[in-house]
Amino acid sequence: MTHGEPRRRASWVDRAEWLGPLMIGPAVLYIVLVLGVPFLLALYYSVSDISMGSRTLGFVGLKNFVSVVQTIKFQTSLKNTFVFAVVAQVLVMALGTVLALALARDFRGKWIVRLLILLPWVAPISLGTIGWLWILDSTYSVINWTLEAVGLIGPDGWYMWLGVPWLAMGSVIAIHVWRILPLATVILLAGLTSIPHDIHDAAQMDGAGFSRHLFQITLPLIRPIALVAGLFGLTLAFTDMIVIFVLTRGGPYDTTQVLASLAFFTGIQGGDLAEGAAIAVFLFPLLVAVAIGFLRVARRAEVQ
Amino acid sequence: MATVEARRVSKQFGDVRAVDGVDLSTREGEFLVLLGPSGCGKTTLLRMIAGLERPTGGEILIGGQVVNDLPPRARRIAMVFQSYALYPHMSVFRNIAFPLKAAGMPRAEIPQKVEWAAALFGIERLLERKPRQLSGGERQRVALARAVVREPAVFLLDEPLSNLDAKLRASARDELQQFQRRIGTTTIYVTHDQVEAMGLGDRIAVMEGGRVRQIGTPAEVYDEPADTFVAGFLGSPPTNLVEAADVLVGFRPEHFLPREAHTDGGNLTTLPFHITRVEYLGADRILYGALEGRFEGARVVARLATTVEAKVQAGRTQDFAVRARELKFFDKVTGLRTTARVP
Ligand SMILES: Nc1ncnc2c1ncn2[C@@H]1O[C@H](COP(=O)(O)OP(=O)(O)OP(=O)(O)O)[C@@H](O)[C@H]1O
Ligand SMILES: [Mg+2]
Repeated sequence: MTHGEPRRRASWVDRAEWLGPLMIGPAVLYIVLVLGVPFLLALYYSVSDISMGSRTLGFVGLKNFVSVVQTIKFQTSLKNTFVFAVVAQVLVMALGTVLALALARDFRGKWIVRLLILLPWVAPISLGTIGWLWILDSTYSVINWTLEAVGLIGPDGWYMWLGVPWLAMGSVIAIHVWRILPLATVILLAGLTSIPHDIHDAAQMDGAGFSRHLFQITLPLIRPIALVAGLFGLTLAFTDMIVIFVLTRGGPYDTTQVLASLAFFTGIQGGDLAEGAAIAVFLFPLLVAVAIGFLRVARRAEVQ
Repeated sequence: MATVEARRVSKQFGDVRAVDGVDLSTREGEFLVLLGPSGCGKTTLLRMIAGLERPTGGEILIGGQVVNDLPPRARRIAMVFQSYALYPHMSVFRNIAFPLKAAGMPRAEIPQKVEWAAALFGIERLLERKPRQLSGGERQRVALARAVVREPAVFLLDEPLSNLDAKLRASARDELQQFQRRIGTTTIYVTHDQVEAMGLGDRIAVMEGGRVRQIGTPAEVYDEPADTFVAGFLGSPPTNLVEAADVLVGFRPEHFLPREAHTDGGNLTTLPFHITRVEYLGADRILYGALEGRFEGARVVARLATTVEAKVQAGRTQDFAVRARELKFFDKVTGLRTTARVP
C-alpha cells in the first residue's frame, strides 16, 4: 500500500462484530471474576458441608437450609431484615421526594445545600458510621447532652441509643436512611429536572393547585425513575450490613441482627461457611422476584 | 369575554431586557398577532399576560382589571404552548378533562363537556389514546381542545403551528381562524412567520428588541410601515431602502417594475436598474441588481409577477419605475417614517 492512498479495505477495528466484544470483554470478565464466581461458589457452599479449616466439600442438599431456618436467631433476623429494609426504604423514598422537590426549585445558595445533602454519600461509609457511633454513644452522646441542655431530659434520663432494643433498631434505620438518602434524592431530582418546563406551566394555566399539580402531574411523571430508585434502595437495604456491623453488631440480643450480618457472623466469624452461605443466599430468590417486579412496573409506566 | 391591555410592561432577566415598555391593547374578540424575529420578547410578553412570569415594570389588565398579582388560574386565560405540553401520562380524555377537574366541575358533567370540546376539533375518536400515540397535527388539536374546554375569556397561543409541516400548517391556519371567528374569544397569537401573521391577524403588533414597533391591520403594517424595521421585516424580498440626501427612500420589490409595465400611467419615478441576476420562481421572477444614475450602486431587488410580460435579462441596464405614491420616506437617524421629501 502506498502512502496517501486511502486504504480500501476496512481494518478489523472498523468491524463492529470484532470491536464490540473486544471493548466489552474486560467488563464482562471483571463481572464474572468478581461477582459471578463468588456467587456461584456461595450457592455451592450453601448445599455443601464446608467449614473453615476442614478440607471436605461434600454435597449435603438442603440440610443447611433446614437446620438454619429452625433456629430462633435466624427467624429473628429474618423478621428484622424485613422491618429494617422496608421501614428504611419507605422513609428514604418519602424524604427523598420531599428533598428533591425542594431542591428542584430555584433559591439562593442552592448549590451549597445540594453539596451538603450529597456529603453523606461521598464520605466513606464506615467513617461516617463511626462518627454516628460516637454521637449515639451511651456516655458521650451529643444527642443526650443536647436534650439535657435544652431541658427535655434529666441527667439520669439519658437514652442508651444502641442499648435498648427499639431505640437500637430506630437508630440503625435512621443512620441507614441518612446514608442512602443522598442517592435517592439525586436520582429523583434527575427525574424531576427531566420533566419539560412547559408541562408545569400548562398545569398552572389549567388551574391546578399545589396538591393536584404534585399528585396528578409531577409524581406520576417521575414514577418510573422513582421505582428504579426504590428497587435499588430496597435491594441494598436487604443485603447491606455495614451500618449494623459498625453500630450494634446485631445487638442488643440480636434485636438488630439481619440476615446479612448473621451470615457474616456465622460463616466468617463462626467458621461455619456452609450455614453462612445458606443464610446469605436465602433471600436471593425473593430479591430476584422484587427486581423483576419493579422492572416490569417501571417498564409499564414508561410505555404509557 | 374580555380584553387584554399592557401598560408600559417590562421584563428584565438579569441584564437582558426581554420586554421593554410595551403598550398594547386588544379589542373585544379580536385576533391579535405578535410578530417579530427570534428573541424579540414575544414569548416573554405572552407569559406575562398568562401570569407565568411577573413583569418587572408596568401593569397588565384583563377585562379592565389589573391582574399583576393574580396567579394564572385566576385570570380565566388558556394557553397553547409551542410544544403543546400535553400530559404524557394521561389519555386524551383526561388531558382535556384536567382543567375542568381543576376548576371543580361536578364529575357527572365532565364527560359531556370533554366531548363537546373534542367534537369542535374532530378528535372524538382519539379520546382513549395517549399523547405519544398521536401525530403532530392531532396533538395540536388536543392542545386546542384542552384550552377551549373551560371557555376561557382570553386565548394565548405561542407558535402553535411551528411543529407542523407546511401543508398541514396551511390547513391548520384556516381551521384556527374559522374556529376563532366562531367562538369569538379574544386571542393573542405569537409567531415569527409573517405569512401566518398576515393571514390570521385582525391586527398585527410587530415587535423588535423588546418593543412594539407598530400595531395595525395587516394592510397597514405592510403598506404603511412605521419605520425601517417594519418595512424591512415584512415582505419577501423585503422593502428596498435607498439613501437619498438626508432620508431613506423605501419601495417594495413588487412595485419596482419595468417602465413599460406601468400601463396605467400616473406619476412615475424612473430609475435605471442594472440587473445582475434573475431568479425564476414560477409565479414570480426576482431580479437582483443595482441602481444607476442618481443613486449609483444602491443594491435593490425587483419582483415581477410572471404575468408581467416585460423582457428582462441579466447583465442589461433597463429603465424601471415606481409610482410616486409607493415611495415611503424614513428618517436616516431614527428610522422613523417622515413626510415625503422629493430628493
Ligand atoms: N428565563 C430567562 N432568563 C434569561 N433570559 C431570558 C429568559 N427568557 C427569555 N430570555 C431572553 O429574553 C429575550 C426574549 O426571549 P423570548 O423567549 O421572549 O423571545 P421570542 O420572541 O419568543 O423568540 P422566539 O421567536 O425565538 O421564540 C431573549 O433574548 C432571551 O434570551
Ligand atoms: Mg418564543
